[in-house]
Amino acid sequence: MAVYLNIVASGLLTGLVYGLAALGLSVIFGVVRVVNFAHGEMMVIGMYGAVVLAGWPGLDPLLAAPLIAAFLFAIGYVLQRGLINAFIARPEHMQFILLVGVALMIVNGLLMIFGPDARSTNVEYGFETFEVGALLLDKARVYAAGAALLTTAVLFAFFRYSRPGKAIRACADNQLGARVVGLDVEGLYALTFGLGAACVGIAGCLMALVVDVRSQLAPEYTLLSFIIVIIGGLGSLAGALLGGVLIGISEALAGFFLLPSMKSMFSYALLILVLVLRPQGLLGKRA
Amino acid sequence: MSLGWPAELPRRGAVLLGLAGALLLAVPAFADAYLLSVLTLVLWLAYAGQAWNVMMGFAGQLSLGHTLYVGLAAYVSGVLFVSFGIGPWLGVWLAIVIAAIAGGCIGALGFRFGIRGVYFALLTIAFAEFTRIAFDHFAWVGGSAGFFLPVAQRTTNDLLDLRGTPTMFYYVILALTAGALVVCRALLKSRLGYYWLAIREDQEAAQAVGIDVFRYKLLAVVISAGLTAPAGVFYAFFYNNMYPEQMFAITRSIEIILGAIVGGIGTLFGPVLGAFILTPLGELVTAAVDRAGVNVPGAKQLVYGGLMVLIVVFLPDGIWPWLARRLGLDGADRGPSS
Repeated sequence: MAVYLNIVASGLLTGLVYGLAALGLSVIFGVVRVVNFAHGEMMVIGMYGAVVLAGWPGLDPLLAAPLIAAFLFAIGYVLQRGLINAFIARPEHMQFILLVGVALMIVNGLLMIFGPDARSTNVEYGFETFEVGALLLDKARVYAAGAALLTTAVLFAFFRYSRPGKAIRACADNQLGARVVGLDVEGLYALTFGLGAACVGIAGCLMALVVDVRSQLAPEYTLLSFIIVIIGGLGSLAGALLGGVLIGISEALAGFFLLPSMKSMFSYALLILVLVLRPQGLLGKRA
Repeated sequence: MSLGWPAELPRRGAVLLGLAGALLLAVPAFADAYLLSVLTLVLWLAYAGQAWNVMMGFAGQLSLGHTLYVGLAAYVSGVLFVSFGIGPWLGVWLAIVIAAIAGGCIGALGFRFGIRGVYFALLTIAFAEFTRIAFDHFAWVGGSAGFFLPVAQRTTNDLLDLRGTPTMFYYVILALTAGALVVCRALLKSRLGYYWLAIREDQEAAQAVGIDVFRYKLLAVVISAGLTAPAGVFYAFFYNNMYPEQMFAITRSIEIILGAIVGGIGTLFGPVLGAFILTPLGELVTAAVDRAGVNVPGAKQLVYGGLMVLIVVFLPDGIWPWLARRLGLDGADRGPSS
């Protein structure tokens, strides 16, 4: 029994980090209405960022997270300003090709810089655990999940209480209306894309605590973020977190009971089920 | 979006088409093995892109998982040939049926529950990925270790079993591509084609004038999937090996649709033109990257990604509509058709 509990707990902790990554995607789609097909690639930038900062200045990924967030914010902001803004009114397949092109550039750029071998952050607490009764929790996983929750809380507060946060929500609700009352919609879109990229950057940085970093992970994470966001409901922040936890647990269980290589099959099955039974997602509202 | 093909092809167009066809027919007479293999790949992508275009270009339904039908068809025909001794000309029909059924299931699921746009595209990815992992663990067809057709160095051609020289395969794929062009033209000019265009342009309006939207969207997926299947059969017999990792890879889906998008979505010649531009471009990039001495993994793909971005930024409608205008093949005398 304790074994299952451990698996579920570890899946839940990983799922919170997944949730944060998906949150970034959800924020971008919910406001800008563009699906970021380079999302996993941005996550892997965050992961390599953690590896680099852990190597030379010896910075713990938890402390490196704000730096990486700032870096990815800049990338997201510039990308939206420079490229994607012109594509907002274009058909979806155009946006798709554009972002797939960007994704290819990122992932292969990383491959050229860091090579094909897996890297890791090698934190000292990497193999330590917390013991809570019968439960054994990896320290790295607990810290990562905690940091992911904290980031999510900050993001919630930003959208709820700050002026730019409210302005972004106004844009998402009614673009034309936002324009009429004098909001700089393009600027807010760029801000949103930057925030989404920062979220996924932090998620990548945290993920680097628990998995080895390879550039090939990028497309997997892109698809994973899609699955989570659709299961949770596009545009719903709480939904992304819930979807992340569900997928985290389902992956952990499938990896244990079947084969680790089959774990994402269950995520896809879950996705197909949700699309058919509740296409708006678990916590999404009907469009 | 303009159709890029006027009601009647001007004489100039017919002459150009005839010249291109004659050139392609004559290629094996002077081309070396490398050029022939590149052209075979070009035509393969042109064919698959044409099949995808039926769904996206004609009916406006974005599929990002078209490799699912390629992979299914390849495995069906390969297994029939190796394990049951049934040749490709019979096997292709079963492959078409199975691909069409798979497409029908996805379409029915998606359209029945009102899944549209991005969501539908993601559904198609989900099915392709799901199948990829399933085949990875499907031991009967080799799992992730792959499935192979017996290979023998051939000097004679056995068209019946599709075993032969690269030249034979070149003519097979050329015939397939020409056939797809004819089929797609007939589809586009049929009643069905006009229903599709109406749905593509405005689904609500199409419904309002009495078009059974669900039925015709479903038909688009089924026909597109079935049309894709021969590409899979060709792949199986040409390359003789199949790995789920490759057959169902999302990168292959992207490859298939890229040509059509670059060439011009919804046009008849767009997918063909796009394939003829992209594949040689890829080869050129490889050569240039080798030449420049930056032979690190990823360099080629990096440049390729950059080119993709440049193309969608500067030629959003694709190259064919632009080229057709230049050549005076777009029926400009009938006024703008968009």
